[in-house]
Amino acid sequence: MGTYLDHAASTPMRAEAIEAMTPYLDHMYANPSGSHRFAREARKALDEARDLVAATLGCKPGEVVFTSGGTEGDNHAILGAVRRLGGVAVCPAAEHHAVLQCVEHVNGVVVRVNSVGTVDLEDLQRVLEAATEEQPITVVSVMAVNNEVGSITPMRDVARIVRKFAPNAILHTDAVQAACWLDLREITPLVDALSLSAHKFGGPKGVGVTVIKTGKNLEPLIFGGGQERDRRSGTHNVSGIIATAKALEVTDKTRAQETERVTKLRDRLVDEIRAQVDGVLETVPREHRVPGVAHICFSGLENEALLFLLDQADVYASAASACASGAMEPSHVLEAMGIERSWSNGALRLSLGHTTTDAEIDLAVSAVVSAVNQLRR
Amino acid sequence: MKVLVAMSGGVDSSVAAAELKAAGHEVVGVTMRLWGGESDTGCCSVSDVDDARRVAQQLDIDHLVFNFSDDFDKHVVAPYVQAHVDGITPNPCIECNRHLKFDRLSERARLLGFDAVATGHHARIERDDEGTLRLTRGADDAKDQSYVVHMLDQAELAYTMFPVGHLTKAQVRERAIELGLRTATKPDSQDVCFISKTGGRETFLGNRIPFRKAEVVNEDGTLAGKVEALELVTIGQRKGLGIPGGGPKQYVVDVDTPNARVVIGNEASLYRNSLVVNDIIWSDARDVQRLQTTNDVLVQSSAHGAAIPATVEILSNSSVRITWSEVQRRIAPGQSVVLYNMTNTHVLGGGIATAE
Repeated sequence: MGTYLDHAASTPMRAEAIEAMTPYLDHMYANPSGSHRFAREARKALDEARDLVAATLGCKPGEVVFTSGGTEGDNHAILGAVRRLGGVAVCPAAEHHAVLQCVEHVNGVVVRVNSVGTVDLEDLQRVLEAATEEQPITVVSVMAVNNEVGSITPMRDVARIVRKFAPNAILHTDAVQAACWLDLREITPLVDALSLSAHKFGGPKGVGVTVIKTGKNLEPLIFGGGQERDRRSGTHNVSGIIATAKALEVTDKTRAQETERVTKLRDRLVDEIRAQVDGVLETVPREHRVPGVAHICFSGLENEALLFLLDQADVYASAASACASGAMEPSHVLEAMGIERSWSNGALRLSLGHTTTDAEIDLAVSAVVSAVNQLRR
Repeated sequence: MKVLVAMSGGVDSSVAAAELKAAGHEVVGVTMRLWGGESDTGCCSVSDVDDARRVAQQLDIDHLVFNFSDDFDKHVVAPYVQAHVDGITPNPCIECNRHLKFDRLSERARLLGFDAVATGHHARIERDDEGTLRLTRGADDAKDQSYVVHMLDQAELAYTMFPVGHLTKAQVRERAIELGLRTATKPDSQDVCFISKTGGRETFLGNRIPFRKAEVVNEDGTLAGKVEALELVTIGQRKGLGIPGGGPKQYVVDVDTPNARVVIGNEASLYRNSLVVNDIIWSDARDVQRLQTTNDVLVQSSAHGAAIPATVEILSNSSVRITWSEVQRRIAPGQSVVLYNMTNTHVLGGGIATAE
């Protein structure tokens, strides 16, 4: 395996999570909604997982809804609020498409972002103040950490403005990229709903967690057997949920030391690249960013070409998001931040995680430097 | 060699990749995403990319997608629209070859360290006795595509490979079946990739430019009919001119864009003795000198049209006057005109028909 610096896309599963889920893929196969002893055992594991997740997030177990992932959580919060309450949805322009496209789908309002890629608080306030009684704002969704550039939103400020100017709105946060790096207990109390994706913190793909605070009613997206207190029907993904809870627990316990370790690796990665090639823009200042993301732009080159050369050197990175065909799209995040195309064309996201080593950083620095030099020759 | 093969998701480029791999080259496949808008036959629809990727997986070669949609808009779509405004009949597929496959893609391939770019075109590149690379017609007469890749000069020919040019279409499909490629029986693409079948050219252009109503007049200037969209009228057209049926066949013999007039006449009025062709790219610069002494050529002015005998007069390095050996119907300005040698085996050069 090569040098994997695409942890923000998906990070390897935690060994503890794989171990915890394995029995439920094998002999513990009962449906936890069943009424027999075997089912009750699965139910117990599911309940324990829910308690664990709630403790890690700082919410009540009954507020935890297991989903299929971050995209479902984002859809549920926005579409569920608008379908139940009517009104207008609001989000910033640099949100993940899972939020942005939901807000656009319901003809919501998109708020500007500032130069570091977080919501422009003045514009948010302006939009909330401009709402009318006929068209109240019913849901505001603001990501805790940006998935492309890694900038951290001051959620306390966002919550203060939303509570003051749209007190009846549901405040949702897509915290998918926050789980590895921020103590979620500090974010959950600020919001009414919060969405996570398990595979971003060492759990399996296809599992997510959405917190929906008591008393906050969202229209379900999926109807059927009434699981998750009617908020999300469908047979529980027992093994996936157990692995998710375990991965979140491990992430939470190791967060402080990982933050310190990965910050050093990330800073060295960027510093060494900048020392060896000119024309490098560090997209967001480090103090605004989570440790796991190194987002840099190289002048005068194209990221499709850069990614190919890195791939050839077995360094796995990414740039912006890809469309259905797999083609790279110009980044809506960088565009919203006002980064010029001459920089954003050469954008590169190197994202680090729990398996990243010093040796990988060495390989990545040398591969990036040599690729950039080849493309600029 | 390290070869980047452009894979559209069609059978020809699938087999091109397979042939290169079988010949021992280090092969990487790439699908260019060119058109982001509505399309049904397009070479960059998601299902075509899926086909290209699955073929690459079967062949065990890497597959990439390059997003060249900005370049495609700039070099193909915008000029296509503008040409209709200017009363010119464009050939977007040729402009795509010129600006995308054999410029943008080959430039990137060079940057990434590839030794050659390959495509699934039915044409061949052969070295003649003097060492000149000759863009030679494909082995399958009916499928020959040398016309649409005529813009390759010696430098580009040296960097290009056409791995299926020596095969007939039937042989290409046989190879694909032998290899179990999912594109084996996929029909050939026929139309302009960014024009949908349902909407057609009229809808596409109508969404982008205002149409001008125009008078249809006889050659003596008398009014014969009216058309709703001058931009959709092409020289040689017979239908949709708002003129009554019966009588001798009437053709569009001129499109007078500044005055918004369409001139119709009988077939004889379409005939021309000569044609000036501009923006010529010569396959080999020395051909220009040769043509000053022996000026007989064959001229092809549509993708599958016949090659017609003519003589050329060199007007400049990039411009010639063609004099037909027998009068020919007028060629619409904007069409690509390609000169072949007298044995009709290889391209000498090609350019764009003018109104002269």
